[in-house]
Amino acid sequence: MFACLHAPGDGARLLACAQDFSPQVEQTDPHTVIVDIDGLGHLFGTVHEIARAMARRAGQPVNIAVASNPDAAFHAARGFAGISIVPEGDEAKFLASLPVALLSPTEEIAETLARWGIRTFRDLAALPDLGVAARLGEEGVKLQQLARGEGDRPLKPVEAPAQFEEELELEYPLELLDPLMFVMNRLLGDVCTRLEQRALAAIGLRLRLRLENAGEHECSIRLPVPMRSSRVFLKLIELDLEKHPPAAPIIKVHLAAEPAKPRTTQNGLFIPLAPEPEKLELTLARIAAVVGKENVGSPELVDTHRPGAFRMRQFGTLQKWTGNSACPTSLAFRTFRPPLAAKVQADFLSAPGIRGRIVRQAGPWRTSGDWWTNCAWVRDEWDIELTDGALYRIYCDAQTGRWFIEGSYD
Amino acid sequence: MAAAILQTIDFKLHERPAPEFLPSGISSLDSALGGIPRGCVTDIFGPASSGRTTILHSLMAQNEEFCALVDASDAFDPASAAAAGVALHRLLWIRCGGNAEHALQATDLLLQAGGFGLVVMDLGDIRPETARRISLASWCRMRRAVENTPTALVVIERAPNARACATLALECARTSVQWSGAPGCSQLLRGAAFSAERRKPLRPAGAAFEASALR
Repeated sequence: MFACLHAPGDGARLLACAQDFSPQVEQTDPHTVIVDIDGLGHLFGTVHEIARAMARRAGQPVNIAVASNPDAAFHAARGFAGISIVPEGDEAKFLASLPVALLSPTEEIAETLARWGIRTFRDLAALPDLGVAARLGEEGVKLQQLARGEGDRPLKPVEAPAQFEEELELEYPLELLDPLMFVMNRLLGDVCTRLEQRALAAIGLRLRLRLENAGEHECSIRLPVPMRSSRVFLKLIELDLEKHPPAAPIIKVHLAAEPAKPRTTQNGLFIPLAPEPEKLELTLARIAAVVGKENVGSPELVDTHRPGAFRMRQFGTLQKWTGNSACPTSLAFRTFRPPLAAKVQADFLSAPGIRGRIVRQAGPWRTSGDWWTNCAWVRDEWDIELTDGALYRIYCDAQTGRWFIEGSYD
Repeated sequence: MAAAILQTIDFKLHERPAPEFLPSGISSLDSALGGIPRGCVTDIFGPASSGRTTILHSLMAQNEEFCALVDASDAFDPASAAAAGVALHRLLWIRCGGNAEHALQATDLLLQAGGFGLVVMDLGDIRPETARRISLASWCRMRRAVENTPTALVVIERAPNARACATLALECARTSVQWSGAPGCSQLLRGAAFSAERRKPLRPAGAAFEASALR
């Protein structure tokens, strides 16, 4: 059974009133809500008593209609004042006197019905089915069914906005990471369950810790792919807090997850194996804890002529697959970072760990750039071969006159 | 009779399947050695300018799976690798800033995680005495981690340190350097020729290859 509440005025108040009775509430229009009242009989008694309880709770003049389907209840509530109980099976008879305009037909159909002299639900319900279908089409058939009080559509319940946040005020300040992780495990479990219920995953996590010294510690984790594993989240947070521990004991924990649609992958026979994103993220976080976050990633060349310029970007396995380009074998270069300071005297080169007479050389090649900024560079480069056969690229900084070994050919 | 059958069964149980090979992209090396074995440790060693990194770049360019490079001395040059055909977006580069201990830890974590076709630990510019201090237990741990996986672990060094734990050891050497132009005037480094000799297993095999400079 369905109850419809209709009252011109505050729609939010009407919705709140309906949600006090059932979670299955549809807001059909700003002034009308429909409630599924199945099962409320155990609490309130008969449908009359349920309707009266709703009227009392509304606290304002409201039309309430109870019917076996939502549409019949909707039209009865909009057409009759006070409380109406539509008898099951006699919907057409009960609604017969209502004007056709209540069905909100299109302008064209309303004009046709007016020309035919159809004024009430009874008139429309009495028309032959085939004739209505032939003259008014699908829309006409639907209106006729509504006029007869027929309908079996499901409710479209109002969904509360999803909150993927958890907060916990602690009874006593936490100083150690282990008890905090115990608390975090519970909060993450709740957030992940809520994400799972809505078929979502998290693309980012934000942790805010209120500290005993009235300060705050924030930790944000951005994930390369949406994930829903509380175990992975817990480990990532643990690694981050180990690296950047809070400055004081913690008295309150607030955790928020940024929801996203879960990852969908289509594997193929000819797509090479790649690391599992969840496992990879955890591994990268562990490695970053050892070598530093800025030292882990994929290299990317930058659009400049400055020698050795590159930038690191986040490594990810979800990218468009492209085959390797076939290149002839080229002489590889190994870079010294930072360049080795060297002394060049006549044809002798010396630097920490490298000494020898220069037997062959090619150069110099002058390169310069960024002269329009504060970090301009000008240098003369040589390729050299030492007596031991090793090949190096050396350069002389034209601004300082100092010599450096940039790297070796290997 | 029964003893013979039992002996056969025992032998079959302990027989290790032949490893799959990853092509190195250098035809002479592939025809002589078959490539770089998966599920094994491969030690590529030699002095500076002996062609170790050229083999490595060629191997990474040839491999269509994800590669990880644990760079102990931060010596990787992305421009040189890109010129050799390495897909940089499929390369995970871990810079250890000269700390061999960090390189070992990162390699261990990568091998435990799995999923990479090729994992490279570059100790090429680490001082030989530091590399020698890496314990045999660490090498054994890495060998065990990579065993029975489709990952090939390649170690670049100046001297062979993986010893018993390496399935394949390649010694690289430079054979000649090609310069253009007359000595003393406008010369140009054109390229270099290298050789790679198999030192383990002890079946004589080797390859010679050339690499051209990109200037």
